[in-house]
Amino acid sequence: MIISVASGKGGTGKTTVAVALALSADEDVQLIDCDVEEPNVHILLRPKIDEERPVYSLVPAILEDRCNLCGKCVDLCQYNALFLSPEKVLFYPELCHSCGLCAIACPEEAITEEKRQIGVVRRGSAQKVDVVYGELNVGEPMAAPLIREVKKEVDREKTVIVDAPPGASCPVVESVYGSDFALLVTEPTPFGLHDLKIAVEVLRTLKIPLGVVVNRAGIGDGKVYEYCGEEGIPIMLEIPFSKEIAELYSRGVPFVTRMEGWREKFRNLLEKIRRCSPA
Amino acid sequence: MRQITILSGKGGTGKTTLTASFAALAKRLVVADCDVDAPDLHMLLKPTVMRKQEFRGSKVAVMDRSKCIKCGICEERCRFNAINELEIDPILCEGCGVCAYVCPAEAITLNEKVCGYAYVSTIRYGFMSHARLNPGEENSGKLVTLVRHNARQIAQKEKVELILNDGPPGIGCPVIASVTGVDLGVVVVEPTLSGIHDMERALKMLNHFQINPLVCINKYDLNMENTKKIEEFCMDNGIEVAGRISFDPIVTEAMVMGKTVLEYSPNSAVSREIREGWSRILNALGSVDHV
Repeated sequence: MIISVASGKGGTGKTTVAVALALSADEDVQLIDCDVEEPNVHILLRPKIDEERPVYSLVPAILEDRCNLCGKCVDLCQYNALFLSPEKVLFYPELCHSCGLCAIACPEEAITEEKRQIGVVRRGSAQKVDVVYGELNVGEPMAAPLIREVKKEVDREKTVIVDAPPGASCPVVESVYGSDFALLVTEPTPFGLHDLKIAVEVLRTLKIPLGVVVNRAGIGDGKVYEYCGEEGIPIMLEIPFSKEIAELYSRGVPFVTRMEGWREKFRNLLEKIRRCSPA
Repeated sequence: MRQITILSGKGGTGKTTLTASFAALAKRLVVADCDVDAPDLHMLLKPTVMRKQEFRGSKVAVMDRSKCIKCGICEERCRFNAINELEIDPILCEGCGVCAYVCPAEAITLNEKVCGYAYVSTIRYGFMSHARLNPGEENSGKLVTLVRHNARQIAQKEKVELILNDGPPGIGCPVIASVTGVDLGVVVVEPTLSGIHDMERALKMLNHFQINPLVCINKYDLNMENTKKIEEFCMDNGIEVAGRISFDPIVTEAMVMGKTVLEYSPNSAVSREIREGWSRILNALGSVDHV
């Protein structure tokens, strides 16, 4: 089964929870870090990397001697990635979605497609956890195509845990798509609640069953609990606010490996997820 | 007009808390909430909306079943796997128009959709430009561009000299849209290994777009060793550390009360540290060449 760990707000503890789940499971686990803009799983798990492969996106290459400046490609491009100047068609790669329409539509066959590297996918292992993560090249705007490549590594034979990026737009949808269950990590504060509601909306649109993990329980107020109660959203686990957990995290140490009883709690959490999920 | 963007790479390091406090110190400015996926700044600044506009950022393919001849060409050509058994999934559809173009029966059209709303508001420190992207939508970068456009427009009209942008987490498209053309990018970092890793990528991104960087260390006393590492890194790379703000539960208390830290607890150590940080940021802004 595939379990996504997501949240609207950043910094609520997604990676901490995803890593804790992976380290607590009895079975074989694959942990996939889909936060390709700022991947952090490898900082906590320090996997030995077995494989690194570049990821490319396809972008148009305009053969100027064939181009008659008809402007059809410019009109059809929905992303304004092509611009017709008096002498030639200009291309802005950062706006291109690699749909291929310009190449299909060019009546002069003056557009071919070429590969442009946008990042890398790395595979490795830490203890008995298979780790996969993507790293977007700095300056590259489009995360979704790299996330798609990272997700091609999903091994359905294993329990798959997906660490999603923060937010609620396309990179999040790309990451959680196809999951059997989503754990939404929040903190019990007004910001945490506000962004949790947004994340719930996204997951409900995608029809993915969900539950909440309240991290840093004890800070803030009780409104997250009220909201979950009203909406019938199960609170699957509470992790209390603790300076010890924060301090371990700051040094890149997963707290479940140092604090007693927590592996058991995360194993129970996995059990609960299995019971909640139809798959 | 000068523009500053607060960013971080990693989420949850305190961008919004600091932006709101800086706004309280600046007194009269335009604040732009560029985190259109998960905007939170309005909870502290409590804007009164003056203008609301629809954001139509993308299109979606719609199929007319009565015209479909079931040839399957659309499915073959779609690179986003958005068509399965001749059914268009509006969530995966990126609105590129390939399917509509290749369909021999003209059964597919591209429809514009409302992806969110943009607002221009008044706040107690001047004006605010903000937005809300509908959950799960694309093109948040485009909506950020609209939010920044609206911010510049109101700043010009009302003769406001400073725009402060609260950026989203990450370093991808909405972040790039938040920093292009600004005078200063302030990276808020927490002293954790993940925070440092993400700060380095955010600084590289600023460098890539030739934006002057500053660093502000939040919750610096959480791990002094890492705080030193950050300061050494900044020193080695010629980047000024504008502020060091301590870890204090009053920051969360202020948030629960819907107030900026400066209003909630003006005499606290945290408020003093924020004031010092802001004055260094303004100094740095003064020494940046006006473009």
